[in-house]
Amino acid sequence: MNGVMFSAGPHAHSPNSVGRTMGQVMLALLPATLLGLYLFGWPAIFLFLVTTLAAVAAEAVCLVVAGRPVRATLLDGSALLSGWLLAMTLPPWAPWWIGVVGAVLAIVVAKQIFGGIGQNLFNPAMVARVALLISFPVEMTSFLAPTPLLDPAAPGLVDGLAVTFGAAQHVDAVTSASILGHVRTSLTGGETLSQAFDGHYQPLSLLWGNVPGSMGETSALLVLLGGAWLLFKRIITWHIPASMLATLALAATLMHLIAPERYPDALYHLLSGAALLGAFFIATDLVTSPVTPRGQLIFGAGCGLLVYVIRTWTSYPEGVAFAVMLMNACTPLIDHYVKPRIYGRDRHGEPLTYPEPSEKQR
Amino acid sequence: MKLFRIRGGVHPEDRKALSAEQPITDLPIPELLHIPVQQHIGAAAQPVVQRGQHVFKGQLLAHSQGAISAPVHAPTSGRIMGIGNFPAHHPSGLSVRTITLRPDGEDRWIDGLVACDDPFALTPDEVAERVAAAGIVGMGGATFPSAVKLHLRDRYFLHTLVINGAECEPYLTCDDRLMRELADEVVDGIRIMAHGLGVARILIAIENNKPQAQAAMRRAAEGFAELQVVGLPTRYPMGSEKHLVQALTGRETPARALTADIGVVVHNVATAHAVHQALRHGWPLISRTVTVSGGAVRHPANLRVLIGTPVSKVLDFCGGTEQTTARLISGGPMMGQPLPSTRVPIVKGSNGLLALDATEVASRPTTACIRCASCVSACPCGLVPLDMAAHARAGDLDGTVKLGLMDCIACGSCSYVCPANIPLVHYFNYAKGELAARQRAKHKQMETKRLAVQRTERIEELKRKKREAMAKRKREAAAAASSEAAEPAAEMEAGA
Repeated sequence: MNGVMFSAGPHAHSPNSVGRTMGQVMLALLPATLLGLYLFGWPAIFLFLVTTLAAVAAEAVCLVVAGRPVRATLLDGSALLSGWLLAMTLPPWAPWWIGVVGAVLAIVVAKQIFGGIGQNLFNPAMVARVALLISFPVEMTSFLAPTPLLDPAAPGLVDGLAVTFGAAQHVDAVTSASILGHVRTSLTGGETLSQAFDGHYQPLSLLWGNVPGSMGETSALLVLLGGAWLLFKRIITWHIPASMLATLALAATLMHLIAPERYPDALYHLLSGAALLGAFFIATDLVTSPVTPRGQLIFGAGCGLLVYVIRTWTSYPEGVAFAVMLMNACTPLIDHYVKPRIYGRDRHGEPLTYPEPSEKQR
Repeated sequence: MKLFRIRGGVHPEDRKALSAEQPITDLPIPELLHIPVQQHIGAAAQPVVQRGQHVFKGQLLAHSQGAISAPVHAPTSGRIMGIGNFPAHHPSGLSVRTITLRPDGEDRWIDGLVACDDPFALTPDEVAERVAAAGIVGMGGATFPSAVKLHLRDRYFLHTLVINGAECEPYLTCDDRLMRELADEVVDGIRIMAHGLGVARILIAIENNKPQAQAAMRRAAEGFAELQVVGLPTRYPMGSEKHLVQALTGRETPARALTADIGVVVHNVATAHAVHQALRHGWPLISRTVTVSGGAVRHPANLRVLIGTPVSKVLDFCGGTEQTTARLISGGPMMGQPLPSTRVPIVKGSNGLLALDATEVASRPTTACIRCASCVSACPCGLVPLDMAAHARAGDLDGTVKLGLMDCIACGSCSYVCPANIPLVHYFNYAKGELAARQRAKHKQMETKRLAVQRTERIEELKRKKREAMAKRKREAAAAASSEAAEPAAEMEAGA
C-alpha cells in the first residue's frame, strides 16, 4: 500500500489484451490453415514455417533497432499473425524466398516503418502480397492441384524440401490455374462463360477447398467457420464482412442478369479466390479498418465493389489485396467524417430539442 | 414495462456475492470523528460550534452557505476537539476544514427534533426546506444537495421521479441491502420526495441481479398506485442518471442539460431513506450504509457508519485487510477513487470501501492502440474514445473538446475493455482539468483586462472632469474679468 496511486478508474479490467485478440484470430485461422497444409503437403508446410518465422525474425530485428521491448512485443503475436495471413495468400509451392521477401516487406516496410503495431495505414500482409504479385508475377500465379499429404503423388519430406528450398523448379507437379485465373483467361480468349466453366467450376469443391489456389483460401467452409468464431468471440463485428460480401454479391448478380454468358454469378465470386478470407480476416484487420459501425459498412461496401471491379475489368484475375489496400487508404477519411451520434446530441452535434416546453416561464 | 435500449456499456464481473448476504450492521462509535465541512458539491458549510463545546447528537455543526450547499451535523454526542485541517476523503490527500468530535459514549439526541406524522400535509417547499436542513445530499456518490433537486419543480415541468436502485458498480451492495431490509422506510422516503416534487409517477429502477431487492420493494410498494418497480438489464453503466432515464423513458437528456429538461428527476435509494428519516423523525443525515468489500478484506460487510468515522476503523471492524491489498478505493471499482490513506473519514458520499488485490485490479502495462474499436462499442455516450485520447495525448485540447470531451461521463467502460490497457479515462480527466485551468486563466485574464479598461476609463473621466472644471473656471474668470476688470491674472493662477 506504499505509494499513493493517482490512477483514475476503473480499478478493474476485462480479460481483453492485444495478445488474446491476436490469439483468437490465429485460432480462427487454424482450421483453414491445417486443411491447406494437408492439401498441399510438405512444400506448403515449409513455406508456411519459413514465412511466419521470417515475419517474427523481422519484427525482432526492427524492435531491437528501434530500442523497444522485444519479448513483450513479440508475445502479442501480431507479427506472427501478419506472417500467417501472408502465407495463407501465397501459392503453396512457391519458393522459400517468396515467403521471406514477403514477410520482410510486410513487417519492415508496411508495419515497422510506420511506427509498429497500431500505426500502419495499410494491412501488412496485403502490402507484401501486392508487392510480390507485381514483382514476381510468375511465382505468385503458379498454382497447382492439391496433392494431399498421404496421396502417393504427393512429394515426400525430401522432395518437399527440394520444392521449397531447391534451386530446381517444381518436381513433378501439374501446374494449374486457379478458377479465377482460368475464367479470366478463357473470357479474354473469347470463350463464353459456360465454356470456361466446363469441367473447372464446381461450387462444391470450392466449398471444401479441394481446388488449386492459395494455401489458405481454398476452403470456403473452413474460412467461414473461422469467421463465425471471430464474430462469436466479438473480435470482429458483422459490419465489414456482411457489407463486403453483400456488395460483391449484388454487383455480381446485377451484371450476371445483364449478360449471363459474360459475367459469373454471385456464388462464383463469393466462393472463389480470397473473397471470404478477405472479408473475415483481412478487411476486418482492426488497425487498418474504420472504428465506427457505419464507417465499417462503407469500408466493407467499398472493398466488395472494388473486388468486383478489379476481378471483372482489370488485368488481374483477383482483386482482394488491391481492394483492401485502396480502402485502407480511405480509412482515415472515413473515420474523420463518419462518427457515432453523441448521446444527447443530433447528428450535427447540436443538443437535442423536444417539441414540448421543458422550462417554466419565470 | 417496456424498456429502451441504451448504447454501449460493459459487463464487468459484479462480485456482489462477497457482501450481498451480509445484513447491515452498526459500526460501534469510534473514539474520534473527523467531520469535514464540505462533503457535497457546492459551497463549504460554515462552522457554528467552538472548540471545547459540548454537542448533542444531531446538533448543527456547520450551516450551509449559498444556494448550493448543505449543513453538517454531529453524528453523536460529545465534545468538539477542534476545527482545523484534516486529510480529505479524496485521492489528493489534501487537507480540508474538518471538525473533530470526541464522542462521550452517551449518544444523546439533541432536544427539539421536529418529527412529522404526516409529511404529505406539508407543502412541497416545506419538504424541501426540511431536506435541506437535514443536510441530505445525493448518496449515490455524486453528493449534490438533494433539496436543490427538489426545487427543480419551480423551474421545470416535471412528471416522473426515478429512483436509482441500479447499483451497477461491481462489489457495491449497500443499496441492495437497504432495499431488502428497510423497503418500507425507503418507499416512504420515495413518496415524500415525489410529494416534494409534485410528480404523480414514480419508477423504482433496480437491476435484475438484485431479485430480492426487487421483491422487497414490490411488496413495500403494494397499495401505492403511483409506484412502479422496474427490473433493469444488468449492464454497466445502467445507473448513470441520463442513461437510466433513457432506458426507462426512451428519451435522451439533451447535451449540457438536466434530466429535468425532459421532466424527470432522479434520486438514489439511500437518499430516499435519508429523506424518510429526516421527515418522519427529524434526524439529520449523520450516518450512512457503506459496503466494505474486495478480495483483500477479510470479512466483507455492509455497515451503518457514522459520518466522520476514520476509514481505518471501518476496515478494522471487518477484520482488517490482507497484505495483498493492491489498491484501496472509495466507491465502486469503475468510477471510485483511490484513497491515499486509511486516516481519512467516511463522508456522506462514501458508498463503498474496497481493498482490491492485484488479480482484481488486473493492472497491466499499457501498449499501443490497435484501433480495435472496443472502446467505441463500449462507450454509452457515442464517443470515439481512441481519437479523443490521441488528441488529449498530443495536447490538442480543442480537438478533444470538438470530439465530445464534455459529453464524456467518465464511466470508465472504454478503459475497462481496452485490450491495450490504455488509461483512457485518465487522459480525459487530464484534458478536462487542463481545460478548466485554461478557462480559469482566460477568465482571470479577461477580468484583469476589464479592470484595466475600467481604470483607464476612470482616470480619463477624472482628467476630463478636471479639464472641464478648469475650462469652467476659465470661463467664469473671463466673465468676471470682462465685467470687473480688476485682478484677473491672480485669480486665474489660483484656479490652476
